[in-house]
Amino acid sequence: MNINFKNRKVNYFTRFGIYFVLIFQCLIIAFPLFLMVMSSFKSNREIFKAPFKLPATLNMENYRKLFLQSNYLRYFLNSIVVSLAAILIILIASSLASYAISKYRFPLNKFIFFYFLAGLMIPIRLGTINIMQMFIKLNLYNNLLSLIIIYSAYGIPAGILIFTGFMNDIPNELSDSARVDGCSEIGIFRKIIVPLLGPAIVVVAVYNLIPIWNDFWFPLVLINSDNLMTIPLATAKLFGKHETNYGLIFAILTSAAVPPMILFATLSRYFIKGLTAGAIKG
Amino acid sequence: MEMFKKVKKVRYYIFLFLLPALFIYTIFMILPLFNSMRMSFYTGKGIVPDQFCGFQNYVKLFTQFPFRERLSNAFLNNIKFFLMVSIFQNVTGFFLAILLTRNVKGVKFFRTIYFLPTALSVIVVGFLFRLILNPVWGIFDKILRVIGLDFLIRPWLGDPVTALPVLAIVTAWHMIGIPIIFFTAGIDGISEEIIEASRIDGVNIWGEIRHMIFPLVKPIIGIVFILTFVGNFSEFEIVYSMETAYGNPAYATDIFGSFFYRTTFGTVMNVVSDVGLGAAIATIMFILILIGVIIFLRLSQRTD
Repeated sequence: MNINFKNRKVNYFTRFGIYFVLIFQCLIIAFPLFLMVMSSFKSNREIFKAPFKLPATLNMENYRKLFLQSNYLRYFLNSIVVSLAAILIILIASSLASYAISKYRFPLNKFIFFYFLAGLMIPIRLGTINIMQMFIKLNLYNNLLSLIIIYSAYGIPAGILIFTGFMNDIPNELSDSARVDGCSEIGIFRKIIVPLLGPAIVVVAVYNLIPIWNDFWFPLVLINSDNLMTIPLATAKLFGKHETNYGLIFAILTSAAVPPMILFATLSRYFIKGLTAGAIKG
Repeated sequence: MEMFKKVKKVRYYIFLFLLPALFIYTIFMILPLFNSMRMSFYTGKGIVPDQFCGFQNYVKLFTQFPFRERLSNAFLNNIKFFLMVSIFQNVTGFFLAILLTRNVKGVKFFRTIYFLPTALSVIVVGFLFRLILNPVWGIFDKILRVIGLDFLIRPWLGDPVTALPVLAIVTAWHMIGIPIIFFTAGIDGISEEIIEASRIDGVNIWGEIRHMIFPLVKPIIGIVFILTFVGNFSEFEIVYSMETAYGNPAYATDIFGSFFYRTTFGTVMNVVSDVGLGAAIATIMFILILIGVIIFLRLSQRTD
């Protein structure tokens, strides 16, 4: 499929050079992560005395402390609730809007599309002052609902870009014949379009999940109760609290890092599709 | 008549389909942006400044001590930060992408590894490197000693000369997967005829990059730089996690994001917050980002 520079012969000397650079970069990326995970299984003493050595035993003490003595499972649950709810809203709102933009001709069609796309270039945090004022007024300050709403608004532009690109490739004949058969407009969307959206749904979900799961700014500004914290905010709080206990801190960082990394390692091709949607055709 | 009714009904459905997305996006993203800008013309205590003051906040920012110094400092630091990230992340990413699209095995593996940090929260990355560079643990300094570079050892995050470059390098470590993905996709998209033509011409690698790869991926280079620019000019977390919201040491790492946060939500840090002034900073950030996006779009679309 890839017609590119790969079918060109590369001599041994060049190949050695290429591998040297690629492996060197690999070490630069992987070593800090390796150090983080490894140190989370060590005691403070071990971390200082033998920082590069593998842990002598698989010491779970740091994790035991983290999960038993802090509200960690609660933070995790908060992150899951916020992310899933926001992703669900993004999927529904942006697939519906994309259907209208992609499949109907109406005045301002193009304008509305670009109005949504503008959101990809604007950092939503520049409106934080009014967002905070609004949520205080709505009595949603220090409430997970405020995060869900903000992340939904944040994810809709990318959702619309990905969904419209996908729907433009669905032929109109299918919906036209259903319309002749007397199917309603909502029926066409539900019964004909949605079943075809499978891959696009995964792309939109994965592409938005990573930044939403990792966001620190909005919890920092909108949440102040301990039992409403999401993982990134809790990580900062716990980091400040245990700054001298290195083993525990590495367990905190590893616990925050591992779930998105596993997700990413398995689903990164969908993330990449979302990232390059619109930018690169084909 | 029948036809007209049907069209009207369809219009109603189009509106219905657009409504949820338009509502959420407009009410919670677009309107807050403009309402926040409107706040920059108000002053007063608390989260809702209520006294109209015209351009007073801007006058304060551009002429009064210490705001003027903080503003120009944040601006210069942000430019430097962007330039350094561009080199460490985008230029490096470009050359790695060229290597990754050569005839070598294991490309998928390398790409996955380079992309892995992208999954992490900035806050996790910032804290991790704060520990690695911390002189108390001294793990980075130990590595330097092992490879015989001990003369370089210094308080990396405490020295005003090295602090900002270190933050740029850490950001590049975190995000280098993004330009790599864009550039490899762009290079893989170059058509066979063009590659064939260059092979016949016997062009060397530099000629290939200059005359073939670079012009053809120019729009993608534009996108990568826009993403970097927008990201860097609204960046906050890397400063917060590595150098606190004060942009230590001595404001050497203070950029727009941290300046905005401190000014707007500062009360928690024993500084009286000034929401109106913060709104003015956010407005300046918005204008700068807009100018940057337009410049990079123009540059990447120009054909010469």
